[in-house]
Amino acid sequence: MVSAPPAPKFVVENLSVQYPDGTESLRNVSLQIPPNAVTVLFGPAGGGKSTLLRTFNRLNDLVEGTRYLGKVLLDGENILSPKVDLVALRRRVGMVFAQPVPLPMTVRENMTYGLELAGESRRSKLVRSMEEGLRAAALWDEVKDRLDEPAGALSGGQQQRLCLARVLAMQPEVILMDEPTSGLDPISTAKVEDSLQTIKKKYTVVIVPHSVQQAGRLADWAGFFLQGELVEWGEGKNLFIAPKVKRTEDYVTGRFG
Amino acid sequence: MTKRRKLLEFVIQGLIRLCGYSAIVFVALIFLFLLQEGLPALSEVPLSSLLGARWYPIQNLFGLLPLLLGSIVVTLGAAVIAIPFGVATAVFIAEVAPRWMREILKPFVEILAGLPSVVLGFLGILVLVPLIRTGFNLPTGLTALTGSILLAAMSLPTIVSVAEDSLDAVPKSYRDGALALGATKWQTIWRVTLPAAKSGVLTAIMLGLGRAIGETMAVMMVTGNAAQMRWDALFYPIRTMTATIAAEMGEVARGTTYYHVLFLIGMILFLISFLVNILASSMLFRAKKRAERMLS
Repeated sequence: MVSAPPAPKFVVENLSVQYPDGTESLRNVSLQIPPNAVTVLFGPAGGGKSTLLRTFNRLNDLVEGTRYLGKVLLDGENILSPKVDLVALRRRVGMVFAQPVPLPMTVRENMTYGLELAGESRRSKLVRSMEEGLRAAALWDEVKDRLDEPAGALSGGQQQRLCLARVLAMQPEVILMDEPTSGLDPISTAKVEDSLQTIKKKYTVVIVPHSVQQAGRLADWAGFFLQGELVEWGEGKNLFIAPKVKRTEDYVTGRFG
Repeated sequence: MTKRRKLLEFVIQGLIRLCGYSAIVFVALIFLFLLQEGLPALSEVPLSSLLGARWYPIQNLFGLLPLLLGSIVVTLGAAVIAIPFGVATAVFIAEVAPRWMREILKPFVEILAGLPSVVLGFLGILVLVPLIRTGFNLPTGLTALTGSILLAAMSLPTIVSVAEDSLDAVPKSYRDGALALGATKWQTIWRVTLPAAKSGVLTAIMLGLGRAIGETMAVMMVTGNAAQMRWDALFYPIRTMTATIAAEMGEVARGTTYYHVLFLIGMILFLISFLVNILASSMLFRAKKRAERMLS
């Protein structure tokens, strides 16, 4: 296991995740996710990368009967413990999904909903974080005149950036992204990827990319997953240029997968 | 061969067309019949009598207001009980209950919908009526409230079942999205799942109450059938329009004024359910358009 120099944001120790039908989605995974960097989890479908991502905010719990073995520490605190306040955890660890999920409200309400849930009621604060979030997601110029339209009226790319902006407005510590650009055109994808470079200065970003190319473009750190196992872990620039494990090399160079 | 086929095609098309047209014709005929039998009442009975508060057909007093009031009180009462109860139950089954419980509850509720109204009325007389009488310390348990509760019970299965279906159809990604934003389960249900399922829930309510408005038998059995007007009608016997027609149509001589007034009541009922239907579909249409804008 390779560790990053600054204190890691997430420490995963011997994590196994089992779904109720008995399938094991992750087997004995250990890694450390460094703060203020983009960490990429990649590999072929069914490798367990989404499961790991959804473990970080305990969204796997929605599947009844999911079992965790091992530990996941966020700033030293085990988030798999049953005592963890899930709502508080999810405010610290935001998530952007593969399909844009605008809630059935206006653009403005989508942006302020999370904060209102967190108990923020000062209008000035809400307006400010809405604008900051939209700017950070490179969406402000496009929607500043359409704030009171239903979010569903935005284009797919705008919706996805709205979801990102919505998470940013909450000012979480970690942002999880599950194939955030899989439904987007190349221009929107580029916009989202660009905004990541700014975002990572303030936040810890964990992303499951939708292609190896994207993984290579974004990764500060990267983990290659195959059938529930972490095959290789390392700095992005090393892992994609000179992978140590044969299976990683085969996948990265496109020989399978 | 092709000739036979063509003939067959022609016959089948004709049959289908006949079925379609006949549905319209029948409705139109029923409506005409209603008009023909009911309208004479308007010329035979002075309007002041029709709008009076006393329903004594034997003395030529045909005040329709107490009957209208009875129907309205019972139906509104049923709505007030059934809507929150039904929607809450649907939310429980769809969102809160564990899987195994849901698989038991859903068919259970749907079986309830098949209960004949006479059976419910019977249960009402045996169980509910004494309960209301002692519970509220009333002279009789045959009250509008009893009818409301019974009607609510009757419309609940429909409301629960249809609303649950539409809640269940809300994409899982919505829930994920709201939860990932730090919403609690309740906040997710209230602000995301329910609004997203709004048109379905509205349909459920309309279908359920539709059953309540037209219901005759159970109401007739438990509401006491006294045509009276008072402000606290909820706790006293009342008489609904449907019950009046059902109870008196058999005893009335054809072609008399009394007979015509009963048909007039039928016309009013027809008009009311027609209006409710129009209101419901226009509301649904609006809700649907809004939902489409929000969701697409």
